[in-house]
Amino acid sequence: MSDQQKILEEVTGSEYKFGFTTDVEMEVAPAGLTEDTIRFISAKKEEPAYFLEWRLKAFRHWKKMTEPHWGYFKYDPIDYQVQSYYAAPKQMPKKASMDEVDPEVRKTFEKLGISLQEQKRLSGVAVDAVFDSVSVGTTFQKQLRDVGVIFCSMSEAIREHPDLIQKYLGSVVPYSDNFFAALNSAVFSDGSFAYVPKGVHCPMELSTYFRMNAQNTGQFERTLIIADEGAYVSYLEGCTAPMRDKNQLHAAVVELIALDRGEVKYSTVQNWFPGDKDGKGGVFNFVTKRGLCAGHHSRISWTQVETGSAITWKYPSVILKGDHSHGEFYSVAVTNNHQQADTGTKMQHLGKNCKSRIVAKTISAGKSNSSYRGLVRVAKNADNARNYTQCDSLLVGDKCGAHTFPYIEVKNKSAQVEHEATTSKIGEDQIFYCNQRGIGTEEAVSLIVNGYCREVLNQLPMEFAVEAQKLLSVSLEGSVG
Amino acid sequence: MSMLIINELHASIEEREILKGISLTVNPGEVHAIMGPNGSGKSTLASVLAGRETYEVTSGSVAFDGKDLLDMAPEERAREGMFLAFQYPVEIPGVSTTNFLKTAVNEKRKAVGLAPLDAVQFMKMMKEKMSLVQIDQTLLSRSLNEGFSGGEKKRNEIFQMAMLEPRLGILDETDSGLDIDALRLVANGVNKLRNKDNAFVVITHYQRLLEYIVPDFVHVMYNGRLVKSGGKELALELEDKGYDWIKEEAHEMA
Repeated sequence: MSDQQKILEEVTGSEYKFGFTTDVEMEVAPAGLTEDTIRFISAKKEEPAYFLEWRLKAFRHWKKMTEPHWGYFKYDPIDYQVQSYYAAPKQMPKKASMDEVDPEVRKTFEKLGISLQEQKRLSGVAVDAVFDSVSVGTTFQKQLRDVGVIFCSMSEAIREHPDLIQKYLGSVVPYSDNFFAALNSAVFSDGSFAYVPKGVHCPMELSTYFRMNAQNTGQFERTLIIADEGAYVSYLEGCTAPMRDKNQLHAAVVELIALDRGEVKYSTVQNWFPGDKDGKGGVFNFVTKRGLCAGHHSRISWTQVETGSAITWKYPSVILKGDHSHGEFYSVAVTNNHQQADTGTKMQHLGKNCKSRIVAKTISAGKSNSSYRGLVRVAKNADNARNYTQCDSLLVGDKCGAHTFPYIEVKNKSAQVEHEATTSKIGEDQIFYCNQRGIGTEEAVSLIVNGYCREVLNQLPMEFAVEAQKLLSVSLEGSVG
Repeated sequence: MSMLIINELHASIEEREILKGISLTVNPGEVHAIMGPNGSGKSTLASVLAGRETYEVTSGSVAFDGKDLLDMAPEERAREGMFLAFQYPVEIPGVSTTNFLKTAVNEKRKAVGLAPLDAVQFMKMMKEKMSLVQIDQTLLSRSLNEGFSGGEKKRNEIFQMAMLEPRLGILDETDSGLDIDALRLVANGVNKLRNKDNAFVVITHYQRLLEYIVPDFVHVMYNGRLVKSGGKELALELEDKGYDWIKEEAHEMA
């Protein structure tokens, strides 16, 4: 075995770094999924009646649907009756300040390198921390409230802002949309809600750190972000999950809405447990993310850096409904060992003079498979639609695969749709060149990979770009030409 | 003590022997030129010294500052002070020369137990070295070698050499593809870096470069061997008479 191969094996075989669990007393719903489960969740969360009704409708619809298996990956059918659908740390009544949060919970967050302490204020990030299913602490609420921004947990929004919830929740991703969206609508336990009112430029990056902790609980969070007319908001989602033997199901729904001249930027850094090096365990990440450019001159942009999960099934999309609206999708997806990712985007051009841009970079290493699946659809009345798509694949080693499935449907003659795709390998020449300058092979791969992803990383807010860069280095540090 | 002692070095690629017993000693302060016709093994020697894995060393030894060079990984050789200016510098998209060099300089510092340079110290060092090779800041901000002209690539190599301050610089056909102005810039850069503690091995096909980088010794390589050595006059003789007489001599000896 060559040195480079050895390093590759070592690194790609490295253990997941965030595999620790927190010892807190949990309140867990009995396993299984019936209407009673949903009533239990709804009651636990003290939801108004209107919301329970919505959940039940979703559940009844879900029962009629079948699990989709068209993605470019394989998994055994999931038994939805053995999972528990609700887990919350006990001794939980609302905290007046961060100091009251269970020290064990706080330690977990600290290990992840996020601090809920006051120092966080200095970096200007408001964190709504989701620990398993319940939001344990929300910072900065007051500063945000002063400018009229609502940023709170979804449970709170359901209780406190029923008008906004009833108007917008499910308006972009209806519960009938797909199997996992329906499941999410029925059982979701928490998530984040943000509303930025007319003309307000949200003064800080909003952020949530998700973490799955209890065994055998799926996490189904639900996020809704609304930028009203002329408003701007940037939202960051970061995720880590501790090591688990059994696959954990994660089926989130994220909805973004931008009204006239409104703008939403949504950034994700995801490093959920990908399973061990033999492909055992890991998170199933089946997520529906969609944004609606509802108003004219509105903009929605998705940026994602995905290094985790055993299986990723995720297509953050934009519906360009308002005239002159913009949709963007920037993605880096890294797969290693036995990970499988089928991810991409959909850009639906409905309004006139809309533009969309897709930059998707996949990196495959180990025995993994990574697929880009993207749809660009231009409707009959969507005059002057412009789309630019760039898909690049980087292969590390010779046992992995990269696949591209672009779909283009154009029904309007004035459309201009461009698609570029490249596949490359990290070259021995590149590695040797770095080596000759005193840069070791692991460091060289990290440098080359970060260079390859730069266009996407540049879209992330500064501190998250740094974190993402570190994540990439951890995920695959060695390589062969 | 001699800096580099190559003793009866044999190397092959895919069972084909390219270097057939090279011996060469380089002392601090010296500049050695290695000339020879195409395919004589000049670039192979450079690659073997730098540690490229595609070549297999079958026998012989190389001591670099008293240490067994062949026992070291390519990055260790670099950190010990060996630098190869590539004939065909590699492109690394998305990585600027600045970022690349910051990594390289700090890796080298780490290896000798020094703290990494911070951004301010590093920029100061960059500014000093930039004037040596007259390289432009904008070039250093671009992706490494991507879309660079031939001259820009070679100047970038010399700039990297200036930044890394090697004990031994090996220039592999650095003059190929350069016009006279670019050649002069590159040569001036090298001349400014010359001192009594470092040494250079300049590999070239033509005498032209040696008008600007004046060597102490000239060696002629043919068919995997150094067949003739002399002072700088030997280069001029080669320029006049071509390589044919060397080939004839070599065949007569064989």
